[in-house]
Amino acid sequence: MTSKLKYLWWVVALAVFAVYPVVETNPSDQTIGVYTLLFMACAASWNMFSGYSGYIALGSSVFYGVGAYTMALISIHAHMAPGAAMFWLAPLGGLVAVAFAIPIGWIALRVRRHTFVVITIAIFFIFQLGAINFNFTGGTGGLSLPFIQWNTSYYSVPFYYVALGIVIFATVLSAVVRRSRFGLQLMAIRDDEDRALGLGVKVGAVKLTGFALSAFAIGMAGAVYAMFQGQIYPQFVFDPTFDVSVALMSFFGGLGTLTGPLLGALVLESAQQYLTATYSNNSLYLILFGALFLIVINFMPRGIVSFFIDRRRRALAAVAASASATPPAPAPSNVGSLV
Amino acid sequence: MNSTALLSAAKDGILTGSIYALMATGLTLIFGVMDLINIAQGILVILGAYLSYALQLHWHIDLFLGLLITIPAMFVVGIVVERLFFRRLTGPEKTGMSILITYAVSLLIEGTLNMVFSVNDVQLQAWYVNKSFAIGSVHFGFIYVAGFVLAAVLLSALYFMLYRTRFGVSVRASVADQTSAALVGIDVKRVSTITFGIGVAVTAVGGMIYGATNAFNASSSYDLISRLLTIIVLGGMGSLGGAMLAGVGMVFVGDMVGVIWSPIWSSMSYFIVLAVVLLFRPQGLFGKQSARVA
Repeated sequence: MTSKLKYLWWVVALAVFAVYPVVETNPSDQTIGVYTLLFMACAASWNMFSGYSGYIALGSSVFYGVGAYTMALISIHAHMAPGAAMFWLAPLGGLVAVAFAIPIGWIALRVRRHTFVVITIAIFFIFQLGAINFNFTGGTGGLSLPFIQWNTSYYSVPFYYVALGIVIFATVLSAVVRRSRFGLQLMAIRDDEDRALGLGVKVGAVKLTGFALSAFAIGMAGAVYAMFQGQIYPQFVFDPTFDVSVALMSFFGGLGTLTGPLLGALVLESAQQYLTATYSNNSLYLILFGALFLIVINFMPRGIVSFFIDRRRRALAAVAASASATPPAPAPSNVGSLV
Repeated sequence: MNSTALLSAAKDGILTGSIYALMATGLTLIFGVMDLINIAQGILVILGAYLSYALQLHWHIDLFLGLLITIPAMFVVGIVVERLFFRRLTGPEKTGMSILITYAVSLLIEGTLNMVFSVNDVQLQAWYVNKSFAIGSVHFGFIYVAGFVLAAVLLSALYFMLYRTRFGVSVRASVADQTSAALVGIDVKRVSTITFGIGVAVTAVGGMIYGATNAFNASSSYDLISRLLTIIVLGGMGSLGGAMLAGVGMVFVGDMVGVIWSPIWSSMSYFIVLAVVLLFRPQGLFGKQSARVA
């Protein structure tokens, strides 16, 4: 695939996402679109650190929750007029999430691999229990944001485009990081941290920067979620399933790839929203999600995107091999399957 | 603060903590032998509790008698899970992948349990569940004492098996070095499968006691697994003694914080203890130093 063609695909995908709420005017389908985009942004941003560096963080809903509470607390205490102006709090939510990510990362990134995973889970529970027990968070009753009185038939649309903006931001950031020296350092850490350290990579600073950077878009998504819902509860913004969902979505699509997490979130989150809306039964989704993931991991251990890239490469190599063979070689029969 | 509260917290720490220690031992044993983190341990405890519940509901089998059925049943569940998902799992990403795989397994079980038993809380009932006796000013619930005795017996049996039998030697050799163990003729795969089975089988006991002392549904597994992970990391992953000590210590600390300060902070306290301990000892209290700290 030439690089021009590659860009064309991105443009087509963007165009499809941009016209979706215009074509699909059903409010509940638009709502599914908002949630799906929020998860795509979170998965892409999570992957930018965990996918590239190999440090699987299972506490990202800390940033989501911090973003959501930033939006809620400021809009309530500043008596903001309910409306589009509240969207300006989203980047602020992202920044607050980054501010939290720095000390969290400083503690958690001192350990490696599985201990890192477990300590991110522990930190997550500290935040969840804090949100439930502190007074200023409203406890289990949560917080009600200023009530936005937009017409229900197009209520979701502004949120949809803001969420799409966050997805674009997270994707572009992820792509830039991937091509930068910084991204290479992150991937060097994934491949062999000790050797990277030996070669002069400041692993501590690189890891912390990546960790904090990935918190930004997740915090923004949390803030938009809070505004969209109009009401937040600690158990829903600090949600252990969120932590694992973003990780599973990235694995499902392809860990460390650019498109994998986007694709994984697109498929899995829209499927969950659809199933929950259709059958109003979350259990069925849990079963399907679990089963689907186990199937993917057993048969495509590196995710869907990597699976197809590998197959394509192998097919191309087979073509190249047969082309370079003796002239009367049989015509490559697998050319058709390439398209 | 009075001495009764202190005594009571110490009692809870030992009695309730021993059950957590038992469940965490299963987890740490699996990690030690196979380098797998079994996130599904939480939901398997709940599955064990629901098995006891179902046996009692449909066949009126006593909770303790039911263990004779649920322990082998959970052992088989463990072996099936290991065979299906972990046999082919190798490479440096093994541990990380195991977290995600077992999480998917636990979602699968959670959804199934929600469908079969609904999401309403249940609690295991029997004539002895709410009975207690007092020594001095400290009250002892029968079920807690029974749980402690069971945990002590099983942990001793486990200890005996690991340190006094031929199979135990194979397990410890596999913990120390899988490749060398295989080279001296130990069937590491078989040892792994059986260890996984044993590690899961203890959830039958843990689940029964947990279910008799707490109202539970499938989502209680999140609370459980977070505690169990805290215990094994705090104790040092792969260390059996560490898991036991951390299990007792965690409940004790939680109760003390509850008495001195407020019960709402008790569950938060051990996550904070964990974070602080890991700052100074990244390998946990009794863990082997495996990876250098950057």
